Amino acid sequence: MTVSSATRATHSRVHRDLARAISSVENGYAALPAALAQIDEPLERAATSAYVVGVTGPPGAGKSTLVDRLIESFRANGETVAVIAVDPSSPFTGGAVLGDRVRMQRHAGDAGVFIRSMASRESGGGLAPSTHQAIALAERAGFDVVIVETVGVGQIELEIVGVADVVVVLTVPALGDGVQSIKAGLTEIADIFIVNMADRPGANRTATELLQMVRESRRPIPVLQTTASEGAGLPAVMDALAAARAGGISNAVRALRFDVLREVRDAAARRALAALDGETARSLFAQLEARTITRAEARERLLPLVSNEVIRAD
Amino acid sequence: MPTKVLVAKPGLDGHDRGAKIVARALRDAGMEVVYTGLHQTPEMIVNAAIQEDVDVIGISILSGAHMTIFPKVMKLLAERDVDDIVVVGGGVIQEGDVPKLKAAGVRAIFDAEATTQDLIDGIERVVSEFGRTARRAKAASAT
Repeated sequence: MTVSSATRATHSRVHRDLARAISSVENGYAALPAALAQIDEPLERAATSAYVVGVTGPPGAGKSTLVDRLIESFRANGETVAVIAVDPSSPFTGGAVLGDRVRMQRHAGDAGVFIRSMASRESGGGLAPSTHQAIALAERAGFDVVIVETVGVGQIELEIVGVADVVVVLTVPALGDGVQSIKAGLTEIADIFIVNMADRPGANRTATELLQMVRESRRPIPVLQTTASEGAGLPAVMDALAAARAGGISNAVRALRFDVLREVRDAAARRALAALDGETARSLFAQLEARTITRAEARERLLPLVSNEVIRAD
Repeated sequence: MPTKVLVAKPGLDGHDRGAKIVARALRDAGMEVVYTGLHQTPEMIVNAAIQEDVDVIGISILSGAHMTIFPKVMKLLAERDVDDIVVVGGGVIQEGDVPKLKAAGVRAIFDAEATTQDLIDGIERVVSEFGRTARRAKAASAT
């Protein structure tokens, strides 16, 4: 798609402002409201809000390649796209190699596409600590679609549910145990299942197994097959995404529940940890180490102490 | 905050073993490294650097095109009103070209004999000297 030079200049400025706003929340220089104000002249968007698409699945399943195809398809519809791609940080050095862009580089010259990599830093839920804010900023910048790619997930990295309007879960054929591993959590968060690398043996079988799992769940979840590297199967994926966007599937309520629950749980955990570092708790630990009380006794005294701290009103 | 670096391979160079070793070494030094793959144009490099809002662009050139690529990157950054991303380079670069590149705004050039530790130290030095992190943090606290 071609854009005029004036449009190009606008996009270029929005890209720069958005990038800097994301950095300021990521590095803690600014809270979200101040960062939102950094984007003073956003792109025009017809809809009131952006369509947030989450893409998750095990490492090597083809998430970045699929996202590359989704960018292509949304652009063909004339929509602007922002991508937030999360890669893991080393827990030892804090460093990270952010390589998701490699698969999307053909869009690097397109003024209607913004791609930002984020390191997961200290977060363990498949997203980075400030991914929520980055999505809000991309929405503020006026992008029609925001695609969020998580780090390769295992069983418990389900944070994506709290941020996306629709969650696409990717798997590959003949992982066997892979299907096992996505059973526990990912069936509960998926709105669309995709068996990628469908040109490989075992794709139909994997899809059938997923369909059986879907039947046991309470929601109708489409199970699609793609070969993202070739672009095969993309029209069906776009149809499913359009259906979800039109309200066929709404993740908003689930996302909000998850988001609030997580916030409350995190706050409770912080208070509990503080109580466990307190003087009373430390003296109990000392007695336990000196074997003057049993573990059961220590537990019986700690539990009300910490619980009271968690529910205490400020 | 971790220093964020874009490792870029412009032009026709067909291999990126060196760039990948550099990416890994910088990661092990605690940096966040964005790698974009082979055959990048200056426009792609500058777009990626702006979107990723990196502290440093590190360009690896083995093909001899450095006197074309570096000035082009500097020019594009200026056109986009970005003056706070530090540009460094490495690869096969003739000694005589180094002063010219520095005059064009490239802050450091690492030759083929540089060790990965030289790179880490050099990048940390130019970031603390020319980088925008300190500058921007100060601006944010002022508003």
